[in-house]
Amino acid sequence: MKVLVTVKEVAEPDDDFAIEGTDIAESDLEYDLNEWDDYAVEAAVQLAEAGIADEVVAVTIGPERSEETIRMALAKGADRAVRVWDDAFEAGFADVAAKVTTFEAVVEAEEPDLILGGVQAADTGFGATGVALAERIGFEHAAVVNDLDIDADAGVARVHRELEGGVEELTDVDLPAVLTVQTGLNEPRYASLRGIRQAQRKEIDATDLADLGLTADDVASALEITSMYEPESESDAEILEGDAGESAARLAAVLRDKGVSA
Amino acid sequence: MSDVLVVAEHRRGEIRDVSYEAITAGRELADARDGDLHLAVVSGDVEQFAADLNREGVDAIHTVTNGEEFDHNVYQAAVGRLLDETDAGAVVIPNSVNGLDYAPAVAEASGLPLVTDAVGFEYDDGLTVTREMYGSKVETTVDVAGDRFVLTVRGGEWAPAEGVGDAAVGAVDVEHPESGARVTGFEEVAGGDVDIADADVLVSVGRGIDEEENLEVVEELADALGATLSASRPIVDNGWLPKNRQVGQSGKVVTPDVYIAVGISGAVQHVAGMKGSDTIVAINTDPNAPIFDIADYGIVGDLFDVVPELVDEFA
Repeated sequence: MKVLVTVKEVAEPDDDFAIEGTDIAESDLEYDLNEWDDYAVEAAVQLAEAGIADEVVAVTIGPERSEETIRMALAKGADRAVRVWDDAFEAGFADVAAKVTTFEAVVEAEEPDLILGGVQAADTGFGATGVALAERIGFEHAAVVNDLDIDADAGVARVHRELEGGVEELTDVDLPAVLTVQTGLNEPRYASLRGIRQAQRKEIDATDLADLGLTADDVASALEITSMYEPESESDAEILEGDAGESAARLAAVLRDKGVSA
Repeated sequence: MSDVLVVAEHRRGEIRDVSYEAITAGRELADARDGDLHLAVVSGDVEQFAADLNREGVDAIHTVTNGEEFDHNVYQAAVGRLLDETDAGAVVIPNSVNGLDYAPAVAEASGLPLVTDAVGFEYDDGLTVTREMYGSKVETTVDVAGDRFVLTVRGGEWAPAEGVGDAAVGAVDVEHPESGARVTGFEEVAGGDVDIADADVLVSVGRGIDEEENLEVVEELADALGATLSASRPIVDNGWLPKNRQVGQSGKVVTPDVYIAVGISGAVQHVAGMKGSDTIVAINTDPNAPIFDIADYGIVGDLFDVVPELVDEFA
């Protein structure tokens, strides 16, 4: 079977950052592979190693800068990658439907049997693209998967969905399906030196909307970010000042006062 | 199209709190739109749930009988049907694991814009949603085009709806395709030798500990204080401590006398599991970490410097 993994390069703000307009200043952002997607890549590569997946294709919507990140997915074992970018995405904040329209075109070209992606992106935190994509392309789906067993003969993914409060739901999902992957599903590997060397020779197919038969209108967004600000600290914590020894002594006094002792 | 439809959530026979909070959010929205508030109750003991959820401000309750537990295909079909049959143009769904298993499909199938994880909103000609980005480091306002949309609301941000309502309750038949996702059971994963919910004092460790070997540092503190060791999600994801030690939305909800958060930034999912503690102490290098927003006492410093000193104080 063919597995498509959706990955995103996400931005993480430095401890000190400035807001410019409706986003964090570019110079205060570090870019990395989205943590949730790292688990999705690992799950796909493990399926390939188990002989269940014949091919693992990573797909991303991202500018040229994101090739560095998607190459990490290749270094970890994905066979090749598709990167979609277009001036249309520079215009504003892409909503879920815009991403789904883009991925739908890639799915039509790639015809995967299974699509894996992270539960959410660490920066925007929408947590919606995978399930909306499944609806668009007529796949089954399961959100927030933290255990995965593919029964290829039966055409079923047996998954656990991580609900709130330490409860997991056991669900059988018919393939083809989209599964959104929760952290903790597996232990994402570090890319080996050999993997990194091999990734340099793997193909990243850079496409734009026209290549996919789409126009800017197809990815027009219904959402607009109109402001960004640091939430006012609601902290009324008493900060215990001093060096490590002094602040620890102050805290010890507080704890003793609360009746804490071995 | 000015009406609002809220979808209640329940699990294993219990209505989840976020359902009552979603009613409050939905009522606010309905008032701003000058519309009625509809509530959908899908699967399980719908009559009992409808009676419990008939709170002040709910105008109509629609019950859909279909099996006991959550099935995203049934929920999606029910919401689709109610969008067709009522005047509801706005849908409010809890931003829960199950909510996120069908809300995006509802929005997609109905061609409606979707905004998830709202912590607030204003409605004045159109919807402006307040939500967080970059792991709670910033808040944003997001304008939604048009007056029809699907919104998911974060738990704990709206007060639960109270009082007794006089909503009309009616049953709705919903046809849905045979489900290609079948729930076969549930598993309690947080069991085991220790129940952190029973502890009076918790020393809780987070990402700031960096390496598994460093856990010794906090284990010594727990020993010195006679406390139980718990953790935030990344520690459990890494397999450094078992799942039954995890505090937070997907782990245990704890309310000890004293909760000492060591190297925990205080993501919303973690805070949901410990904000009810009597006294909260935070030790973190980042003075802007959200954990300080809910802490009673804080030390801004390196845990590797502070914790050994604290151990010495109790030696």
